[in-house]
Amino acid sequence: MRARNIWPHVWLVLGVLIFSFPIYITLIGSTHDASTIGRGDVPLLPGPHALENYAQAWGSGGGRYMGTPAVQMLANSLAMALLIAAGKIVISLLSAFAVVFFRFPGRMICFWAIFITLMLPVEVRIIPTFEVMVNLSLVNTMAGLVIPLIASATATLLFRQFFMTIPPEFVEAAKIDGAGPMRFFKDVVLPLSITNIAALFVILFIYGWNQYLWPLLIINDRGLETIIVGLTKMIGGGDSQNEWNVIMATAVMALLPPVGVVLLMQRWFIKGLVETEK
Amino acid sequence: MSQSAIFKGVVVPYLLLAPQLLVTAVFFFWPAAQAIWQSLLREDAFGLNSDFVWFENFVEVLTDPTWLDAALRTALFSVSVATLALGSALFLAVQADRNIRGATTYKTLLIWPYAVAPAVAAVLWLFMFHPNIGVFGRALNALGITWDYRLNGAQAMTLVIFASAWKQVSYNFIFFLAGLQAIPKSVLEAAAIDGASPRYRFWTVVFPLLSPTAFFLLVVNLTYAFFETFGVIHSLTQGGPGKSTETLIYRAYSDGVMNLNLGTSAAQSVILMLLVIALTFVQFRFVERRVHY
Repeated sequence: MRARNIWPHVWLVLGVLIFSFPIYITLIGSTHDASTIGRGDVPLLPGPHALENYAQAWGSGGGRYMGTPAVQMLANSLAMALLIAAGKIVISLLSAFAVVFFRFPGRMICFWAIFITLMLPVEVRIIPTFEVMVNLSLVNTMAGLVIPLIASATATLLFRQFFMTIPPEFVEAAKIDGAGPMRFFKDVVLPLSITNIAALFVILFIYGWNQYLWPLLIINDRGLETIIVGLTKMIGGGDSQNEWNVIMATAVMALLPPVGVVLLMQRWFIKGLVETEK
Repeated sequence: MSQSAIFKGVVVPYLLLAPQLLVTAVFFFWPAAQAIWQSLLREDAFGLNSDFVWFENFVEVLTDPTWLDAALRTALFSVSVATLALGSALFLAVQADRNIRGATTYKTLLIWPYAVAPAVAAVLWLFMFHPNIGVFGRALNALGITWDYRLNGAQAMTLVIFASAWKQVSYNFIFFLAGLQAIPKSVLEAAAIDGASPRYRFWTVVFPLLSPTAFFLLVVNLTYAFFETFGVIHSLTQGGPGKSTETLIYRAYSDGVMNLNLGTSAAQSVILMLLVIALTFVQFRFVERRVHY
């Protein structure tokens, strides 16, 4: 009996090791100097150069391709991720509120118009969307990075479903008390939605932080470079002579914020993941 | 909802919907309409005039052997990523579901790769499998296997498949584990009392009950492999060597952004849109069933 119970542990430990190894070797790479890595002698244990590698990546960037400091790219990514998450949540809360608590002509058309955006990811309309950005002079701006991504069918669907579970008596009571729709929104709907907002925020923050194609298309100003795109530009053609130590330090900084959010807010994360797929 | 549970007014709801509808119209519907319109036009070599050519661009795309190769490659890539990510996630979820101690710890240790961006996943895998500096790349070469994903197309494909699947396993794991934990213990006990072996119980009782989750995840994984792996391919291989890792999305990107071939790029976009519509349709048809389940 005991022998049989050990197997799940063996497999799971093996699984965890396989899944963590890429991160482990990246961490190790960020603690050695460039020539050690360039020679191909990356040891499996940490080296003594961690501080200087991280300091260089943070303050001045690395590689011969570009020298954007990671601190600046991290700030850009943070701004982008927070604005996308907050923007999606705000405009989806408002639209769902309108669709559930009002009856007006064209209500279902509006709902379907939002729903259909699920079927039009950026990837399938690259060029025309870029043209719109040029016409609106949104290329190379933070607004251009954020605004086109804040429409959200998923978040609207989620809030709509949740609002429909709010008992009608709440609305009636609010009306008897003489509260208008916005008062009802602020004092009843928002407080009830807090857990949903938190769960969604975790998912959307990761979504925003990890954007790749969109920033790649519309940003070529280094001052607005995000950490994910900046990191891949540092690699270029993948030469052995790259400053891999600095690149690995940058990679660690690029993945730490979203991974940290998942680990620290694990319960919200799982709730958000499961809810958005319903 | 009864009439008394609804607020009066027409202006207020339109104002509330305005931001979302505006973004949707300007950045989704207008470009999508443009893509459809452009797919029916052809510009001359200098970009001065364009002629209405009906479906010529589509004919050109669909009869281009390199595009058909990319389509086939995308199918192979997506099926491999989905199989690998679903298979290993199911295996790990079954292990974690076996009433063992520390299941929550394992869960924590397995879910975080979800947060790693596809492009960053590519960087991590590149660092392991680089032929000169990567731990495994060098090990393979030392063993006498000539490994260089920058020269060998099949090796490049293998690498992008693994890097893409690695990131997706956590997502599948979470859903499989939730699905497994929702199976009533009484059903399993009944099967055990009937003398069914663990393996037999898994394939005849557990797996059928899990199949709605598995099907849903299959659609999600295929969508992921189609669209979101652009970052992996762009940062790891740029579609190369040659065209050996060029997927349909990468092709649409390079035709439109690098080669500025607007007509055929737009035609490709329209074809991909139809594909997303089909996938979304399948997903929602299924979710409806899952709710009643």
